[in-house]
Amino acid sequence: MGASNNGPRGIYDEAISSFFRNVDTRAVGDGGSISKGRICSLKARAVLIDMEEGVVNEMLQGPLRDVFDSKQLITDISGSGNNWAVGHKVFGSQYQEKILEKLRKSAEQCDCLQCFFIIHSMGGGTGSGLGTFLLKVLEDEFPEVYRFVTSVYPSSEDDVITSPYNSILAMKELNEHADCVLPIDNQSLFDIISKIDTVVKSGKLGKTVKPKSLVTSSVGASRKRHQKPFDAMNNIVANLLLNLTSSARFEGSLNMDLNEISMNLVPFPQLHYLVSSLTPLYTLADVNVPPRRLDQMFSDAFSKDHQLIRADPKHNLYLACALMVRGDVQISDLRRNIERLKPSLQFVSWNQEGWKTSLCSVPPVGHSHSLLALANNTCVKTTFVELKERFTRLYKKKAHLHHYLQVEGMEEGCFSEAVSSLSALIQEYNQLDATKSMPVQELPRLRIAV
Amino acid sequence: MSILTVQLGQCGNQIGFEVFDALFSDSYCSPGLCSKKENEAYQASCKERFFSEEGNGDLVARAVLVDMEPKVINQTLLKASQAGRWKYSQHACFCQKQGSGNNWAYGYSVHGPRHEESIMNLIQKEVEKCDSLSGFSIIMSMAGGTGSGLGTFITQKLQDQFPKSLKMNQVVWPYGTGEVVVQNYNSILTLSHLYRSSDALLVHDNDAIHKICEKRMNIRQISFSDINQVLAHQLGSMFQPTYSAEGSFHYRRSPLGDLMEILVPHPEFKMLGVRSIPQMSESSLAYSTFTWAGLLKHLRQMLISNAKMEEGINWHVRPPVSGLPTLGKTPCNKELHFNTSIANLVILRGKDVQSADLGGFKDPALYTSWLAPADAFNAWKTQRAFNKYEKSATLVSNSQFLVKPLDLIVGKAWNMFASKAYIHQYTKFGIEEEDFLDSFSLLEQVISSYCNL
Repeated sequence: MGASNNGPRGIYDEAISSFFRNVDTRAVGDGGSISKGRICSLKARAVLIDMEEGVVNEMLQGPLRDVFDSKQLITDISGSGNNWAVGHKVFGSQYQEKILEKLRKSAEQCDCLQCFFIIHSMGGGTGSGLGTFLLKVLEDEFPEVYRFVTSVYPSSEDDVITSPYNSILAMKELNEHADCVLPIDNQSLFDIISKIDTVVKSGKLGKTVKPKSLVTSSVGASRKRHQKPFDAMNNIVANLLLNLTSSARFEGSLNMDLNEISMNLVPFPQLHYLVSSLTPLYTLADVNVPPRRLDQMFSDAFSKDHQLIRADPKHNLYLACALMVRGDVQISDLRRNIERLKPSLQFVSWNQEGWKTSLCSVPPVGHSHSLLALANNTCVKTTFVELKERFTRLYKKKAHLHHYLQVEGMEEGCFSEAVSSLSALIQEYNQLDATKSMPVQELPRLRIAV
Repeated sequence: MSILTVQLGQCGNQIGFEVFDALFSDSYCSPGLCSKKENEAYQASCKERFFSEEGNGDLVARAVLVDMEPKVINQTLLKASQAGRWKYSQHACFCQKQGSGNNWAYGYSVHGPRHEESIMNLIQKEVEKCDSLSGFSIIMSMAGGTGSGLGTFITQKLQDQFPKSLKMNQVVWPYGTGEVVVQNYNSILTLSHLYRSSDALLVHDNDAIHKICEKRMNIRQISFSDINQVLAHQLGSMFQPTYSAEGSFHYRRSPLGDLMEILVPHPEFKMLGVRSIPQMSESSLAYSTFTWAGLLKHLRQMLISNAKMEEGINWHVRPPVSGLPTLGKTPCNKELHFNTSIANLVILRGKDVQSADLGGFKDPALYTSWLAPADAFNAWKTQRAFNKYEKSATLVSNSQFLVKPLDLIVGKAWNMFASKAYIHQYTKFGIEEEDFLDSFSLLEQVISSYCNL
């Protein structure tokens, strides 16, 4: 998480209370929550779930150990073995009560609960299986609260063999139970890190690079192909969530709440996958750079190199697009760039001016402005089509299938249903794409008696 | 008599602040270019309309602030108190935590009924502070969820609870290229419902005001603050006191009543537009002089050719030759060149105002045939200057100004509706397809009525 401007002895305000509770650690027992005044001890409004202990333990010993409430953890020892069925069916039923209990507790501590962020990967067993099980629980227990899911999709070089199975099975759940999904893939994140790395090393940014920055310190690691700079990559996703919520947390001349994301970007319930891009890149690194031309930031947001999944929105069809700007940017800057970039983008016939915009006055720490673009664009289809192809290759040979089928509640029907669900989704995107080159028709209007 | 302002949503509250600030500046910080006594009478009249006074002499805006999330109201209160010139009453605010999600249905069907009692109580309290109430000025945008949905709901409740008071809605028309993806849906739902419960809809168009900022005010990086200040100037020039028939020192008592009487002679025609000239940056102002003849010539041509600002006016447009039969008017799909009016009001403020000749506005060719030109046109002249302009002229018009923009919005909304996109977001909260169809019907009727003037 980016550092807040409040500092260690700052004021606990509305902005920070969106993600953290303020706890008086001197109080005995549960640790009372303080709702105003100085910051005592911040506790993340979060539940951490993993079926093995390694990662969570590391976090609890790391620099953020005080931020996570140890009572809001659910862990097991054996892990899910990269098996969606184990995560979903076995651990799902085993931990359902415990999960509900922790969630209810966290929810009670909120004045006004607007949404859940579910962060997981698609290719493994826990994040994918238990994560999507959790989605259903949230829908049943808190039907009014939005479910935003940040899903890390397996790249083509993913080393988990069964990742296509896990992903397809998880996709069905996302189709049915998520309000909004932001797909991410590791390869794209890695490419972005490499790009920052290149720019930093080229010296173009001059002497302004901070020595121990999160990104630049892993420069050495990125040279070895099998050693991915996960911290830096994850930092990008963190920034995504930060920028997504900035307009809800901070003031600005055109605010955007989280419930506006669905409203504006999801024209039909099943088409809720949004491609995201963050610009300028150097806001993702601890790099102080004098602001380049503002307009360049907007141009980059639409380039395929800045997307957080492998996608090319410019050459596909937009259903809707949101531009969330932070910092010293005014409405005229926003409009000028929309006018400039519009001609090179294709929007669906019934939403030719499908833009949602927001202006938040507070920029990311240490920078003058930033932009998050969210696109509901048919280019997301590429990821799904590839996933389906990888799945089919495995499934044809029934490879590793027995690991799934031996789990109680799993049968081949689960797989075929999941594939159908995905195929139907792909078909929707295909149909939309087919309308791309068709001229926009003026539909006959209602006639009224004069 | 007083005007109670109801500020709804982010837009309504941000604009409301600028309006009160402009009114205050004009009354208390501008050279009125008139006698001290005159100025004092003006200030007193302005105060009666827009401000109440606390025991310690502090001026408090006659306003109720409503929003479904707290940030904007907090900012607005802060801005006012920091400036230290006037303030809002802390108790006249109603806030929630969650916003309306840009969803008209949510604002209208969920927030409305849920918070009706609290909001109407607040309004009642503020009304009681007024000696006598002329009516309500409700500031809202059409594009979002709170201003549009909740604003419409509140307007209806005001109709029920204060049937004798007038309601003018300041409706902010969004930029054509999107601030909100579903803005066209929210707009048609707002306009169709307001048409049934409001007394007049005064439209403020973001695109038009943006151009004024760009071309007339020479502002390079235009912010919403700039836009709102131009809007506030226009509204101020309309709402500030003007002489009644008795002339000097005597200001009109019923601002809204007078406006409605002149401008809305028929309930089927309630869409008003406002143009205020001159409008320019302070630096340019220092080098400009104006004559009434010049200003009025421009204003008249702006009316006839439907120009949004005092630049790029199409001087080729002329009124039709009188005497031609009114039958056989072209149907509305064609470009409307000449803007026919139902009624116009010109408000002149400043030096030598009595010498201004308004003959050009009385030409019957400008108007439909139902009213005699003497009734269709009115002018209010006031010696006391407005803001920093030695001479200023404002036109408030009930004419075909808004036909084209309305037609555009209805067309886009219809196109989207045909694909059923986003409809599930509305049906979730009780606004069904029939409600959309009703709205479309009503607005097509309005467009048709205005076209056939």
